[in-house]
Amino acid sequence: MNTELTGIILTFVLTVLLAFPLGKYMAKMFAGERTITDFMNPVERFIYRIAGIDANKPMNWKQFLMAMLSINCLWIFYAFFLFLNQSHLPLNPDGNPDMSPDLSFNTAISFVVNCNLQHYSGESGVTYFTQLFVITFLQFVSAATGIACAVALFNGLKHKTTENLGNFWSIFTRAITRVLLPISIVIAIVLAFNGTPASFDGKDTITTLQGDTVNVSRGPAAGMIAIKHLGTNGGGWFGTNSAHPFENPGYFTGMLELAAQMLIPIALLFALGFYIKRKKFAWMIFGIMTIGILILAVPTINWEMSGSPALHKMGILQSNGAMEGKEVRFGAAFSGFWSIMTTVISTGSVNAMHDSTMPMSGAMQMLAMLINAFYGGCGVGLLNYYIYIIIAVFIGGLMVGRTPEFFGHKVEAREVKIAALVTLLSAFIIKGGTALAAYYFTSHGHADWAVKPEAWLNNPGSHGFSEMFYEFTSANANNGSGFEGLGDNNIFWNLTTGLAMIFGRFLPIIGPVAIAGLLAKKKYVPETAGTLKTDSLTFGVLTFAIIIIITALSYFPPLVLGPIAEWLG
Amino acid sequence: MKKYILPSLKLTLVFIIICSVLYPLLIAATAKLSPGGGKGETVSVNGKVVGYKNIGQKFTDDKYFQGRPSAVDYNAAGSAGSNKAPSNPDYLKQVEERIDSFLVHNPTVKRNEIPADLVTASGSGLDPDITPQAAYVQVARIAKARNIPEEKIRALVDTSVKRPVLGMEKVNVLAINIQLDQLK
Amino acid sequence: MSTNKSTSLFEKTLLKQAFKQSFIKLNPRTMLKNPVMFTVYIGTFIMAAVCMWIAMGEASQGSLAYNLTVFIILFFTLLFANFAEAIAEARGKAQADSLRKTREDTPAKKLADGIGSKEITLVSSSQLLKGDIFLCEAGDTIPMDGEIIQGIATIDESAITGESAPVIRESGGDKSSVTGGTKVLSDRIKVRVTTEPGESFLDKMIALVEGASRQKTPNEIALTILLASFTLIFLIVCVTLKPFADYANTPITIAAFVSLYVCLIPTTIGGLLSAIGIAGMDRALRANVITKSGKAVETAGDLDTLLLDKTGTITIGNRKATHFYPANGVDAGTFTEACALSSLADETPEGKSIIELANINVNGFDTNSATFIEFTAETRSSGIDLPGGVKIRKGAFDAIKNMVTKAGNPFPEETAECVRNISSNGGTPLVVSRNNIALGVIELQDIIKPGIQERFARLRKMGVKTVMVTGDNPLTAKFIAEKAGVDDFIAEAKPEDKMNYIKKEQQGGKLVAMMGDGTNDAPALAQADVGVAMNSGTAAAKEAGNMVDLDNDPTKLIEIVEIGKQLLMTRGTLTTFSIANDVAKYFAIVPALFITSIPALQALNIMRLHSPESAILSAVIFNAIIIPLLIPLALKGVAYKPIGASALLRRNLLLYGVGGIIVPFIGIKLIDMLVALFI
Repeated sequence: MNTELTGIILTFVLTVLLAFPLGKYMAKMFAGERTITDFMNPVERFIYRIAGIDANKPMNWKQFLMAMLSINCLWIFYAFFLFLNQSHLPLNPDGNPDMSPDLSFNTAISFVVNCNLQHYSGESGVTYFTQLFVITFLQFVSAATGIACAVALFNGLKHKTTENLGNFWSIFTRAITRVLLPISIVIAIVLAFNGTPASFDGKDTITTLQGDTVNVSRGPAAGMIAIKHLGTNGGGWFGTNSAHPFENPGYFTGMLELAAQMLIPIALLFALGFYIKRKKFAWMIFGIMTIGILILAVPTINWEMSGSPALHKMGILQSNGAMEGKEVRFGAAFSGFWSIMTTVISTGSVNAMHDSTMPMSGAMQMLAMLINAFYGGCGVGLLNYYIYIIIAVFIGGLMVGRTPEFFGHKVEAREVKIAALVTLLSAFIIKGGTALAAYYFTSHGHADWAVKPEAWLNNPGSHGFSEMFYEFTSANANNGSGFEGLGDNNIFWNLTTGLAMIFGRFLPIIGPVAIAGLLAKKKYVPETAGTLKTDSLTFGVLTFAIIIIITALSYFPPLVLGPIAEWLG
Repeated sequence: MKKYILPSLKLTLVFIIICSVLYPLLIAATAKLSPGGGKGETVSVNGKVVGYKNIGQKFTDDKYFQGRPSAVDYNAAGSAGSNKAPSNPDYLKQVEERIDSFLVHNPTVKRNEIPADLVTASGSGLDPDITPQAAYVQVARIAKARNIPEEKIRALVDTSVKRPVLGMEKVNVLAINIQLDQLK
Repeated sequence: MSTNKSTSLFEKTLLKQAFKQSFIKLNPRTMLKNPVMFTVYIGTFIMAAVCMWIAMGEASQGSLAYNLTVFIILFFTLLFANFAEAIAEARGKAQADSLRKTREDTPAKKLADGIGSKEITLVSSSQLLKGDIFLCEAGDTIPMDGEIIQGIATIDESAITGESAPVIRESGGDKSSVTGGTKVLSDRIKVRVTTEPGESFLDKMIALVEGASRQKTPNEIALTILLASFTLIFLIVCVTLKPFADYANTPITIAAFVSLYVCLIPTTIGGLLSAIGIAGMDRALRANVITKSGKAVETAGDLDTLLLDKTGTITIGNRKATHFYPANGVDAGTFTEACALSSLADETPEGKSIIELANINVNGFDTNSATFIEFTAETRSSGIDLPGGVKIRKGAFDAIKNMVTKAGNPFPEETAECVRNISSNGGTPLVVSRNNIALGVIELQDIIKPGIQERFARLRKMGVKTVMVTGDNPLTAKFIAEKAGVDDFIAEAKPEDKMNYIKKEQQGGKLVAMMGDGTNDAPALAQADVGVAMNSGTAAAKEAGNMVDLDNDPTKLIEIVEIGKQLLMTRGTLTTFSIANDVAKYFAIVPALFITSIPALQALNIMRLHSPESAILSAVIFNAIIIPLLIPLALKGVAYKPIGASALLRRNLLLYGVGGIIVPFIGIKLIDMLVALFI
C-alpha cells in the first residue's frame, strides 16, 4: 500500500520538477529570447515561407482569434471528410469500415477541439491512416492551438497597454516545433521500448496456450500515445485507452503517461510567471490549483483503495481496493489518482473504467471536469481559470470598495458580460444536454436510433443518470473520458455532444482572449494601497471560493441525483 | 477571410507532413531496435508463438492459473471493460455467481480468501496479470488437477511474483502457466 | 449639523410613503428595470394561476393553502424589494425636501429693468427666471440661487449648512454665490438668478433620487449583468430539473419549482441594488454634498489622487506668529513692544496674532497721534510713526534690509541667519526695524490642523495620494507638506498648474479629485474625475464640478471618498451574501423535492427540517424576510475600514461570505420550527 502512494507522490513531484524548467524555457522561447532550441530557426523560417506567413506581424485579439478559428474550421472539414471515406484510403490492414456521417461529425470535432471523446473503438472504428493523418495530426495542432491562445493571454497581461496579442501562426508553429514535437519523440521512444507497438503491421492472429484462436490488434501507436498525453488530448489508439496493456504496458509507462499529461499545463503556469514577471502570481495560482486537486484526489484515492462496500458485504478479500474496471499492474490507488488528474487536466485518457469507480469518485471526476481549471487542458486550463479570476476580481474589487481592476486594467461591464456568458454556457450545455437525454430516455425510449434510448444506459437508476451527465460534462469540458457503459454511438449522442464540444471549446477560448485583448487595450491604472492584490493569498482563496461556489451552485441538483444518490442509496 | 484561409491551408499541409508522416516513421524506425521490434513482444513455447507478453489470455481449465474476468473474453481484436457500476444489482449478482463458481472449483478456499481481482472484470478485458493473492488462492486446485505437490506450485508462484520498487506486485498469468506446463 | 439630518432610519411618515410606493412600483414597466426581481414577478403570477387552477379542481399540485402561502410569500418578496427602493428614495427625497423647503415661495424684490433699475416689483420667488436680478437687504431671505453682481453682505447660511456663523459674500471674486433660502444679515446686495426654476442642483438631485432621471452607473450595469447571468444559471437549474425528476420518477409541483427558483436567484442583492445606489447619494447629501449623478459617488470610491488647497484644508486659516527673535543687544521686552506697536493697525490675521503673542496691553500706548503706515506692494512693509519721531516698520526680509542698509546701518548677521532658519522651517519671517535699525525677527508659522496627519495616513492606507496646492514658495510648501504628511505639493500654484497636474495624473491612469470655488478653477474642476465645487463658489465653478459641497469644507473630499467606497463595498458584500445563501437553500429544498422517491437523500437534510412542505416554505420565507432585514445595512452602507485591500477583503469575505453560508442554515431551521407548528 505504501509503495502505491509513493508512486503517486513521486509522479507528481517529478512532474513539477520537470515543469518548472520547461515553463521557464517556454516563457523565454515565446518571448523570442535565445533558447537552446534556436537550431529550429531555419526550419521555422522554411515553414513560414512555404505557408506565406509574416511571423512578426502583430495581431490584435480579433485578428488572433480569426486566424485561430479559420485554421480550426479547416481541420474540422478535413477530418470529417477523411473519417467518412477512410475505408478507401491506404493503411487499413484490418479492413475497417467508413464512419457514419454522424460519427464522423462527432469524431472530427472531438479531435479538433482537443476533447477526444471517442464514440468508436480504436481497434475497429478507424484505420491506421486516419489514426495518423487525422488523429495524431489533430492531437498536435489542437494542443498547439491551446498553447497559442494561452500565450495570447500572456501577451495581454504582460504589457501595460497594448493591442498586440502576438502572431498566432508563429506561436502555433513554435509550440509544435519547439515543445510538442521534441518531447513527444522522447516519450514515444520510451513507450516503444517498454512494449507499445510502433510498427505498421496489422492485426495478428495467434493460438493461445490453451488453444483458443484470438486476434491481437496493433499498429503504429507509440507516437500517437505520446502526443495524446503531452497535448492533453486523451484519445486512445485502442478502445480501452491507457488501460490497454499495449497502450500502457506497465507501472513505469503509467507514471510516464500521467506525468506527460500534467507537464505542459503545469509548465504553462510557471511560464506565465516568468513571461509577465509576476512569479508570485503564478505560484499563487499553482498553489490554489494544487490544493483544489488534492481536495479531489485524496478522497478519491481513499474510496478506491477502500474497495466496493457491496463487495465487502459479499465477504471477499478486497485488500487491493476496488478492482472492477481496473488493471492489476496499476492498482486502485494509482488508478484513482489518474482518474482525477485526467479529468482536471482535460486529457480524458483513462487507465481504468470510470464507469466502475466508486460513486463519489465519479462525483469527484465530474467536479474536476465541471471546474475544468485546476491545471486544466493544454493552454485552455489557464484560460478557464482566467474567467474565474475576472469574476473574482469583480466581486473582490467591489468588496474592498474599488471599481474592480486586474493588473492595472479596469474590469467593466463588457468584460463581466463575456465572463458571465462563458460561465453560463457550460451550465447551459451540460444541464441542457443532460436534460434532453433524460427526456428522450424517459419519454421516447423506443426512438429508432442505432441504439434505442431505452438501451442507452449500462446501469440503472442514479448511476444511469450519471452516465448521461458525465458524457455531457466531459464533452463540454473537452475532456473525452466517459462512463463508457453509455451507448453513445448513435445520432443523438453524436450530434448533441458534437455541438457541446464545439461550443465548449471555442467560446471559452474566444471569451478569455477577447477579455485579455479588451483589458490590454485599456489605460493602465497603477496599483495603490487600495488596489486588490491579485497575487495575494486572500485573492487566491477568493478565486478558489468562487470556483467552488459557482460550480456547486450550478450543478448541485444533477450531482445529487447522480453520484450522491448512488452513494447514499 | 482569405487572408487567414490560405496560410491555414498551407500550414496544415506542412504539419500533416511533419506530424503524420515524418514523426510516426521516425518512431517506427527507432522502435525496430526495441525488444518486440515495435510489433509487440511475443512469447513462444518450443518456437511456436503462444501469445503476447502484455496481452492476457483466457484460461478456463482447472489446471491453469486463471486470469481475471474479461468483458471481451480476452479477444484482443478489441478491448473493453464491463463498465458496471458498483451499485448495479445485475452486476452484483454476476459477481456473486463468480464467487460461487470459484468456490465450486476451489472447495478448499474460504470466501474471505477470494481476492477481488479474480471476480471483477479488468479495465481492458486483456489484463495479463493477477495479484499474488489471486495466484496463491489457486494453488490447491492446480495441485490437485495436475497431481503435483502444492509446495512446488507455491514455490513457482513465489518466484513468479514481480515485486517492483514502485508499483503493484503482480503475477503474469501467461508466463506462470508456461512454467507450470514445464513442471514435472 | 442641524437636527433635520439625523433622521432615524425609519421615520413614520417615510415608512408610510415607502409602503404606498412599494405597491405603486408593482407596475410591470417599473419592475422590468430590475431583471432579477422581474422574474420573481413572473413567478408570482404563475403561482396565482396555479392557485386558481387548484381552486378549479386540479389535484396534482398539493393543497390550496400551501400554494396560496407560497404565492403570498412571493408577493411579499416583491413588496419587500420595492419597499427597499422606496424607503431609500423617500429618505433621499425627505433630505432634499428639507433643504428645498427653506426656499419655498418667498417674496423677491425684483429689479424690473436690470441692475440700475430703481423700480422694485415684489414677485414670488417661483416667478424668477434665469437672468433676473433681485435685491436683498438685511433681514431678507434670498429667494433663489444666484450670483451677487453688486454689493457685499453677511449671510446666515445655517439653513443649508447648519453652521451658525455668518459668512461674507460679495460681488466679483470667488465668493459671489448665494443660495436660495439663506438669510441676509447685513448690508444690501443685488443678485442675478443663475438657474431656471426647477433646475437648481437640489432639484436635479431630487429628480435623481426619485428615479425619474436615475440611470444605472457603469458598475451597477456590470453587476446587473453578473446577477442576470446567475439568474439564468438558476433558471437552467430549475428547468432542467423537470426531465431529471422525470428520470427519477419524481413528480415535482409547480410551487416547488418556482420556490426553488426564487430562492436560488440573487433576490437579496437584486432587491436591494437600487436602494444601495440611492442610499449612496443620500449619504453624500447627509454629508451636505449634492451630487449631480450616482456615477460621481461611485467614482469617488476609486479616487487615486486628491488635490487639496493648503489653506483651510491642511492648515487652519492663516499663519500665526509663533516666536520673537530679537537681534543681539536688543532687549526682549523692547522688541516685543516694537512688534506689538508695528501691528497695532494691522487688521490681517497675521497682525492680530502678533499682538496676541506679544500679550501686552496695547491700550497703554498713546496711539492717538500716531500715524499708521499701510502695507503697500511697493514698500512691502507696514508700521507706525509714533509722535516722538519713532518709526517702527515691519516687513519682508529684503524690504527691511534694503531700508536699513540704505540708511547706512549694518544689518545684524544673526538676524539674517535667523531669517534663513525660519524660511527653511516652513515659516514666514517678518523683520522689524526701529528708525532704520533692525531689531529682530518675528516668526510666522502655518498651523497645521490637528488630526490632519491621521486623516492623510488613513487616505494613504486607502491608496489615495494627497497633493497640497499652495501659493507658498517651494521651500515653505515642502516643509508644510512634510509636516502634514501629504504625498506631494504644488507650490506657487496658479490655476493652470492644477489643471496640468490633473492631466498628468490622469495620463498615468489615475482618477483625480479636486475642490475649488473660483471661476478660474472651473476648467480644472471639469477636468477632474470628481470636481467638488464649494457652494459659496462662482456659478461657473458649480456648473463645472460634479458635486457641490454646501458646507464649503475642503476636508469634505475625504468623506466623499469613503462614501464612494462604502457604496461599492455594500454592493460587493451583499452580492456575496446573497450567493452564499444558496448553499443552505439547496440543502433545504433539494432533499425535500426528492425525498419521497429517493429516501436515501434524507441524509442531505442536514437541518432536519420538519417536512418537504415546511422545508420549501421556510426557505422561501427566509428568502423574503432577509430583504427587509438587510435594508438598514443597504441604507447605512457597510463600514469602510482603511486596513488595506487584502485585510478588508478577508474581513468582508469572512463576515459576508462565511456568514452568508451559515446564517441561512440557522434562519431556515428557526423558521421551519415555527412553520412546523402550523402544518
